[in-house]
Amino acid sequence: MFRNQYDTDVTTWSPAGRLFQVEYAMEAVKQGSAAIGLRSKTHVVLACVNKSTSELSSHQKKIFKVDDHIGVAIAGLTADGRVLSRYLRNECINYSYTYESPLPIGRLVVQLADKAQVCTQRSWKRPYGVGLLVGGLDESGAHLYYNCPSGNYFEYEAFAIGSRSQAAKTYLERKFETFKDSSRDNLIKDALFALRETLQGEKLTSSVCTIAVVGVGEAFQILNQETVQGLINEFEIVGEEPPPADEAAPPEQGSGAESGSSAAEQGAAPMDI
Amino acid sequence: MNVSDSTPAMNNLMGSEADSQRTLYPYVTGTSVVGIKYKDGILLAADMGGSYGSTLRYKTVERLKSVGKHSIIGASGEISDFQEIMRNLDDLILYDNMWDDGNSFGPKEVHNYLTRMMYNRRNKFNPLWNSLVLGGVKNGQKYLGTVSMIGVHYEDNHVATGFGNHLARPLLRDEWHENLTFEEGVKLLEKCMRVLLYRDRSAVNKLQIAKITEEGVTISQPYALKTFWGFSAFQNPTAGAEGSW
Repeated sequence: MFRNQYDTDVTTWSPAGRLFQVEYAMEAVKQGSAAIGLRSKTHVVLACVNKSTSELSSHQKKIFKVDDHIGVAIAGLTADGRVLSRYLRNECINYSYTYESPLPIGRLVVQLADKAQVCTQRSWKRPYGVGLLVGGLDESGAHLYYNCPSGNYFEYEAFAIGSRSQAAKTYLERKFETFKDSSRDNLIKDALFALRETLQGEKLTSSVCTIAVVGVGEAFQILNQETVQGLINEFEIVGEEPPPADEAAPPEQGSGAESGSSAAEQGAAPMDI
Repeated sequence: MNVSDSTPAMNNLMGSEADSQRTLYPYVTGTSVVGIKYKDGILLAADMGGSYGSTLRYKTVERLKSVGKHSIIGASGEISDFQEIMRNLDDLILYDNMWDDGNSFGPKEVHNYLTRMMYNRRNKFNPLWNSLVLGGVKNGQKYLGTVSMIGVHYEDNHVATGFGNHLARPLLRDEWHENLTFEEGVKLLEKCMRVLLYRDRSAVNKLQIAKITEEGVTISQPYALKTFWGFSAFQNPTAGAEGSW
């Protein structure tokens, strides 16, 4: 994107009908580290890459519990993400207080989108520089939404945002049709695979990623490091073996070989795990 | 003249400026509502009387109303406040329907919303002078609760307001059970309403019964209960004291 004379103000249209400030805010999302979400009929898994600036510092928190039945993963300006998470938590708790019932996720994301839209139509404000993957439940089951700085929101079967998210999206596009009826554990495995795609050959360990799950009958929780490492080991070990002919071994091995070749196409070390 | 209320600092403690802006006492009132859970859902009963003090002034007041697809409400107390509550609830349901997203308010949500409404008004010393019964069925789950004008709320298998608590609840405690059929439920409610008719001076003999099940709401047409007054003591009431009535 190049600078031009219509990008100073969020309330200035360009002759082509664009609001550049809003588009620049979406760029900020693309610069953040990757966040991935996928859902089945009953569960949603959120996963994100958690790189710390130095060995001395702690990791940036990118996944937030919003309520027992809703969680959010962010990419972009994490400070904006924190503020919006607080808003989401507030909305959920106020609804629960009045109605003794969980706020349906579909209604929450609309409120969030409307809040984001306000910032695209006030000269004294700026758009939020964060994309949110909101995963949660309502009466009809599990849902995953993506909320943009523009104030748009979309529902997804699976999605990835942030830097190098295209690699994850490619993996998800290939596999998303299996997600609907996937089991909780297979959904998490698919999330880990997609996450690995964004690491472009770097080793996937539980210290660089965070995984969270929410489902029907399962409250939102961020999985602890040991559990995540255990799951990584489970599928990584299987991935290292030469792909056998038998069908008994589930998708892991098949996708292991495929992601290895796509990594090789991009010039990275093949299957460097 | 309460000096403390007229100083500027204390002026707004009791709600609005002039006393006529807040409810002090009710004018047109409905009497008891009785509700029970039965096998397929909930049954509510209430008569159609609107008393003006001790006068039984209005005899076709509908005190049972449906709220959305999943709930019914019965009100006793000030009728105009009930109309205000219905206006509020109808708006609530309307906005809920406008989402058109497959989610809808069940009886639990409506009950809690009502509780918040009643309690908040009470805190402002401007209550909605009603005792409400809220019942419904959603996804096979039966719900029956009550809220009073001060925000006291609870759920139970059978509830009542006003005199119903004193006259009907004891009957229900003895005779209610989990698997009442519709006919048994109605018979039980009629028994309660008959006792109330005999003993509550604000009761009138014109009642409705509301039923809610998973399928939906039905509110019956008004009808009257059979009563028996042929007691010997009533035959010659002034026998022992000529001239009295």
